[in-house]
Amino acid sequence: MSKWEETKRQITESQVWQSIFRHGYDDTPGNRVQMVSGNVWLHLHPSKVRRHAIRMRFTWCMGGITFLMFLVTVVTGIYLMFYYRPTAEYAYADMKYLEFDMPFGMFMRNMHRWAAHGMVIAVWLHMFRVFLTGSYKPPREFNWMVGVILLVLTMLLSFTGYLLPWDQLSIWAVTVGSNMARATPLLGYEGPFADWTGANPIYDARAFLFGGGEIGPHTLLRFYILHCIFIPLVASLFMAVHFWRIRRDGFSGPPV
Amino acid sequence: MSRELIWVAVVCVAAVLTNFIPGGRVLVLPELFVAFMIYLYWLARPSAELVAAKGEVAAVGPGDDKVHTWPHLVRSEFLCLIFVTLLLIVWSLLVDAPLEEPANPTRTPNPSKAPWYFLGLQEMLVFFDPWHAGVVLPTFIIVGLMAIPYIDINPAGNGYYAFESRKWEILTFFLGFHILWISLIIIGTFLRGPGWNWFWPWEVWDAHKVEAMTNVNLHYLFGIRSEAGAIIFGGVVVLGYFVIGTVAMYVGIVRMKGQEFMQRWGMPRFILTSFLFLNMMSVVIKMVLRHAGNIMYVWQTPWINF
Repeated sequence: MSKWEETKRQITESQVWQSIFRHGYDDTPGNRVQMVSGNVWLHLHPSKVRRHAIRMRFTWCMGGITFLMFLVTVVTGIYLMFYYRPTAEYAYADMKYLEFDMPFGMFMRNMHRWAAHGMVIAVWLHMFRVFLTGSYKPPREFNWMVGVILLVLTMLLSFTGYLLPWDQLSIWAVTVGSNMARATPLLGYEGPFADWTGANPIYDARAFLFGGGEIGPHTLLRFYILHCIFIPLVASLFMAVHFWRIRRDGFSGPPV
Repeated sequence: MSRELIWVAVVCVAAVLTNFIPGGRVLVLPELFVAFMIYLYWLARPSAELVAAKGEVAAVGPGDDKVHTWPHLVRSEFLCLIFVTLLLIVWSLLVDAPLEEPANPTRTPNPSKAPWYFLGLQEMLVFFDPWHAGVVLPTFIIVGLMAIPYIDINPAGNGYYAFESRKWEILTFFLGFHILWISLIIIGTFLRGPGWNWFWPWEVWDAHKVEAMTNVNLHYLFGIRSEAGAIIFGGVVVLGYFVIGTVAMYVGIVRMKGQEFMQRWGMPRFILTSFLFLNMMSVVIKMVLRHAGNIMYVWQTPWINF
């Protein structure tokens, strides 16, 4: 046995190594199962799946791409958070700083934005594919509902992030998008029957969203916290439920 | 793999066009999306293999055609991850995220547009009042989507493509998703300019474009001039639409599927389905009335308009 083989054997048979890697890498059925069931990330899958139902032309891989886009926005988003202050004085200047002074700043921002848009498109197409294959039928009804909630959360994530650059595009897009809220029946001051409830410009559904009667610095901070903490947390909880249910119901193809 | 490389090339060309040609965004993005949709449909075309797999599931029972997740599924997921990440990096290198002038609450741009994924809703503001287009209809969309698994009791196509036996379900979803949601977004993003006026891609966005205000309410067209008359007329039309529509759907479904199906389906499912469906069709009807007949409101009252 060569010196190299001997060293290798010593390392792979040491207590440290074996405490980390619990199975060998030989291509045996047992190891194939363990690769999935013994790995915290991969065990989102069952250890066996239907052959026809994992074909790309069957699944389009859109759910996975949605999750990938989410992970990309998390990574690039953390980078952006290091250089961005959610106050009206600094937000726009920080965007310029990011664009012109930070190494890979513009690239990270581009990745973040396009991944967010990609996530919205992918989640729609995912829904469409799930509809076409009837994958919401029993026993997956509830998971479809969770999916609809995640769809809404995806758009809210994107919408709250839209405000953060604090340029003309962002405040006016968010103004237009949020103006719907002031037309809510009963709860918005421009909506039908507002006088019954006493909704007024500084105390109605839109003011709740904005944190005040008009879009302003308070809105920026509010959207920042919603965008970076609250909605990602809620979405992660729903994702956990969503993925777990997918796994329980046979992953892809006709239910188990 | 070569197919994926073609898509990389297509996206590169699209990115270059988007970035470097004036108006390239309008020129390229809708076509790119449509091409991608067609590609996905083409991927999902019914194949002998999938049909066979379906037969096998029915005949032999689930679990017989299974393969190990490692390496079969993990490998394709990994390839997909690399491919999509590559596309994203290429796109991010070539196309910069927009950044306009600093926010100025006193200077409203014309047009002011919501983020593109909400432009379908903004476009619906042309046809409905904000409380309706911005609050009620989105609520119906979300509730309606959530209700789908509970109102669809067709056992066919549970976990596989079944276009034949699910014609109506798929057609309805196609109408809602492609015709109403996606095409309204394309209209709102690319064809609406200053004053939310309609501009073709080859037209200049003229902020002073003069549009004749020729829209009238439906009751006006019928010669009704008094407020009370308008309220009663519109109420009858809207109520009549829902009542007659529900009855027509009931009769149609019984005729097509038989009384036995209606019994099995149950009244709550039918009422929910017909209510949501008639609301969806009301969007189509109002779009046609507006674009073809210059009708503003069907029902005008001092409190709400419909």
